Amino acid sequence: MTAHETTSPILEIESLRIALPEGSDRPLAIDGLNLTVRSGEIVCLVGESGSGKSLAAGAIMRLLPEPRVRVVAGTVRFEGQDLSTLSAKQMRSLRGSRMAMIFQEPMTALNPQKRVGWQIEEVLRIHTSLSRKERRARVLEILEQVRIPDPASAVNAYPHQISGGQRQRVMIAMALVLQPKLIIADEPTTALDVTTQLQVLKLIRELQAKFGTGVLFITHDFGVVAEIADRVAVLRQGELVEQGTVSEVLNRPRHPYTQALIAAVPGLNPPAPKSFDTAPVVMRVEGLHKTFKTRGGILAPRRNAVAAVDDVSFELRQGETLGVVGESGSGKTTVSRCVTRLLDADGGSVMLGDTDMLKATRGELRARRRDIQMVFQDPMASLNPRKRVVDLIAQGPIVHGENPEAARSRARELLALVELSPAAAERYPHEFSGGQRQRIGIARALALNPKVIVADEPVSALDVSVQAQVLKLLAELRDRLSLSLLFVTHDLRVAAQLCDRVAVMEKGRIVEIGETATVFANPGHPYTRKLLDSIPGRDWTPPLLAGTAA
Amino acid sequence: MSVLESEIGTAPPSGWSVMWTRYKRNRAAVLGLVLLVIVLAMAATAGFVEPVDPLRRAGDPLVPPFTDWATPLGTDQLGRDILAGIFHGARTSLLIGIVSTVVAISIGILVGAISGYFGGWIDDVLMRVTEAFQTIPNFVLLLALVAILGSSLQNMIIAIGIVSWTAPARLVRAEFLSLRGREFVEAARNLGVGDAAIIFREILPNALPPVIVFASVIMAISILLESALAFLGLGDPNFASWGNMIGAGKAVLRSAWYCAAIPGIAIVLTVLAFSLIGEGLNEAVNPRQKKS
Amino acid sequence: MSMLNYMLRRLVQAIPVMLIIMVGTFLLLKLAPGDTVDALVGDMGGADPRFIERLRAEYGLDQPVLMQLWIYMTKLARFDFGWSFVHEQPVMTVLMDRLGTTLLLMISSLFFAVSIGSLLGAIAARKAYSLTDNIISTLGLVFYAMPSFFLGLMMIVLFSVKLGWLPVGGIQTIPSFYEGWDYVKDVALHLIMPTASLSLIYLALYMRLMRTSVLEVADLDYVRTARAKGAGEWRLMIHHIMRNALLPVVTLLGVQFSTILGGSVVVETVFSLPGLGELAYKAVIQRDMNMLMGIIFLSSIVVIVVNFLIDLLYARLDSRIELT
Repeated sequence: MTAHETTSPILEIESLRIALPEGSDRPLAIDGLNLTVRSGEIVCLVGESGSGKSLAAGAIMRLLPEPRVRVVAGTVRFEGQDLSTLSAKQMRSLRGSRMAMIFQEPMTALNPQKRVGWQIEEVLRIHTSLSRKERRARVLEILEQVRIPDPASAVNAYPHQISGGQRQRVMIAMALVLQPKLIIADEPTTALDVTTQLQVLKLIRELQAKFGTGVLFITHDFGVVAEIADRVAVLRQGELVEQGTVSEVLNRPRHPYTQALIAAVPGLNPPAPKSFDTAPVVMRVEGLHKTFKTRGGILAPRRNAVAAVDDVSFELRQGETLGVVGESGSGKTTVSRCVTRLLDADGGSVMLGDTDMLKATRGELRARRRDIQMVFQDPMASLNPRKRVVDLIAQGPIVHGENPEAARSRARELLALVELSPAAAERYPHEFSGGQRQRIGIARALALNPKVIVADEPVSALDVSVQAQVLKLLAELRDRLSLSLLFVTHDLRVAAQLCDRVAVMEKGRIVEIGETATVFANPGHPYTRKLLDSIPGRDWTPPLLAGTAA
Repeated sequence: MSVLESEIGTAPPSGWSVMWTRYKRNRAAVLGLVLLVIVLAMAATAGFVEPVDPLRRAGDPLVPPFTDWATPLGTDQLGRDILAGIFHGARTSLLIGIVSTVVAISIGILVGAISGYFGGWIDDVLMRVTEAFQTIPNFVLLLALVAILGSSLQNMIIAIGIVSWTAPARLVRAEFLSLRGREFVEAARNLGVGDAAIIFREILPNALPPVIVFASVIMAISILLESALAFLGLGDPNFASWGNMIGAGKAVLRSAWYCAAIPGIAIVLTVLAFSLIGEGLNEAVNPRQKKS
Repeated sequence: MSMLNYMLRRLVQAIPVMLIIMVGTFLLLKLAPGDTVDALVGDMGGADPRFIERLRAEYGLDQPVLMQLWIYMTKLARFDFGWSFVHEQPVMTVLMDRLGTTLLLMISSLFFAVSIGSLLGAIAARKAYSLTDNIISTLGLVFYAMPSFFLGLMMIVLFSVKLGWLPVGGIQTIPSFYEGWDYVKDVALHLIMPTASLSLIYLALYMRLMRTSVLEVADLDYVRTARAKGAGEWRLMIHHIMRNALLPVVTLLGVQFSTILGGSVVVETVFSLPGLGELAYKAVIQRDMNMLMGIIFLSSIVVIVVNFLIDLLYARLDSRIELT
């Protein structure tokens, strides 16, 4: 690490201030940012949503949506040169050749109408005078270096024809093709599955070391920080609160905000197993099957019938939490929709008490829905924006025949239970933050006194600090009301914290199921092992910090 | 605990006043509203301008505008007062515009909601019917309907409604398709809420804003369709109509072009009013489209 | 799978739509007061009841309704639209005679509306909220509010009556007066005003759509990517924005085509162009129902064919559409 100190800085940011348009929640997106990136090092800029970290990246590249958002003070020096003094043309000649950028969402960051090869080649066409043949050769070479399988045919593919991980590799190839001195990576792995994420992180690390590039890596995930950073800077609401080497910040954070953030990162050691052998089984799922058929016309017979859920069986006991973990496309969400019969399964049974949910008539199903409620992923989309909070929570009981007045007064009590103020009752969902909305969603699910709550990624859209609070609330309510939780998540850290047992899903099947502690300590299936090995920052144990958090 | 999760501050003001503030910001939209108020005022006061019959002879034929105070905008070749025609024509245009828009939007919401919510073969059948209606050139179908039903005011309203429902139906369907998979709809289903209540209480209120914006477009098109029918002499002969005045003016185009020009300007301004209001509403509903 | 298969599937999808239109026109004919025989008898100036009875049987009008529908549909499928008692000719013959003029008007109007409309829209979007944009957008709104017949009449007043530059109406000066290039020039001269008055509303429509579309695409992530690659404004516009922004314009073209065809009724009548639209108007005035239904059916076929071609164009333009 000391080696970096000696190399000259590529990027120096000094007391940078970025103004937001009038009417925003605060006047400055970034207030007094100082940051240096040297060649060959990776600096992580960490912050929660709204911290202004992406705008800082825009300011460096001079790609802010001016004049609404603009730099009002400070300097950005690139290789010693003040970027604000450059003409638009000089700036263009730097972008893509000397400094490059990798974005979060590789699907939308690539032009859907142009072939992959063309898009990489465009960088060469803009900045070099290479011949067509030389350009093609260079494109193939860089695709080889980012380890795209079969570069020769990938060149001719459109972005939608390759996988998410490969698209991000293409983005990296595009950024690296001219071997820039500085790369700004804005949450480059957030949209990827955990196994792909690890591969892409490794790739960035490897190529950066090989070319001696300086990297400004923007992220919200401390696991990723632990995985990749040399130095770390923490942003809070546009202000730099702490800066230091990775081990300083991660293991000995000084600022209370950093300490709180790190305390909120779930550790990877599951709680000691509790025994539920004596508790009654509340839900038993057997041989669940669901196949999605693409609908075809007369000349296009049904094709690509994919088994989304394939012979899935498990049972859930009273008071127990079963985690369903897997990557995107593993079928975990489909399971959650099938057991609640929001989707009709093709086969199997879901016994809830003595009723098979899958064979229940409309009337039975309506009555049975009281017992199994859901908490959804997106706290914005799961609440009808045109209903008051009290009506949202009271809706279930009213539908099931309860007196509306009684249902509403109970709804107000439930607000207290999920730690929201009673004043919240008369407001509309958009007036609340993400975490608060998720609490409303939980209150709605509780209003019917269910036996089982199916939670589909309930914290994945939340910032890590809020995430910890919501998880804590769920655990408390589960224990107090002896609820059973079916907890669907992609995040193994979250699963480790909350779940008594986990079921690992791959391609629609449960490949392993068992007590969380056992599965994490001794994974029996190679896929489970791969998943566990891919958790970013798995070797880093968040320090126990006195005086903060829970 | 609220150290990290920032408390939400004051509640924003309610939807309508926010919408109005955004709408007000667009000067063109305010102009549209002013134009509409003028047209409405003309329709309301038509009885004072010409209490008996706007189609009666009011003076000498072909008096040019601004020459005789009895007929300030002049007369046509039959001596009919053009000003009276304009005021009474405003009634006809607004009546037809508003009622046939209500007809078209109602059919559109019903078809689009059912199609988008249930999907499957219901959607297939309804969409093929919608396509069939869209395939037949709308004005030709309108001609056929008027030829068959006769051209009373009521029949014209029905006919215009019938040829205009497809676009709102597709719009509503698209909104339903995107909303029906939203988690709040799944949440309602999971609470045991029935289909009808989900369609009308959960989804429709959220699907409505773009439909209301679109209503102003249909209003404008309905007025244009009516005026075109009347221009061809296929309108209701018992009511004053701008289109009919232009049609009559065609015969004296060489000598007295104002007979056609004045009602034409009335149509342009009225349709413009609805377009401007539509743009203003659109920006008020989707504020992110406006950049500066 | 291949392009051929894609084309076949699109054609198959059009069949139910065509069937619905057949049934629809049949219902309209049934709703209309009087049937073919009434028209025929009226044409002859009356006949005795027994003769009328025999005629009814001959035309299958004494059959049950479903049978009549079947007969009607088999006739339509063979492009037999019946007899026009006004023109004393088969409907199909008259229609074929008129189709060319209407198609010519359609093509010139569409070409004008789409090309000028998208160009102005793109310019307005690139200079969004400037004076140029305000002028273009305001003009667009005024064009959009302008009824085609009113615009047509005012152009006649200005260009034919006052200035004497352009002919008042018709498709050519005197039938077969000119030959070769002179003929083409003569027809083009006759088409200027009809094209302008028909296309201005759609020009405004495409302009507004293109403006929104360009603004929207310019905000997308991949345009930001291209900026980060160092691309200049021209390169952004040509390679990254226009190609994607044009897609909704192409879609609207398909949706709007039947409306434009409908608009030709008014414009052809104003300028006395001998096309399908003017024919439709006369058919209504003369209560020539067979002719009117024939026009509905033929123009529906034209719309379906055009939409099919536009779909193919779209599939070529949008790489995300897999021809499977």
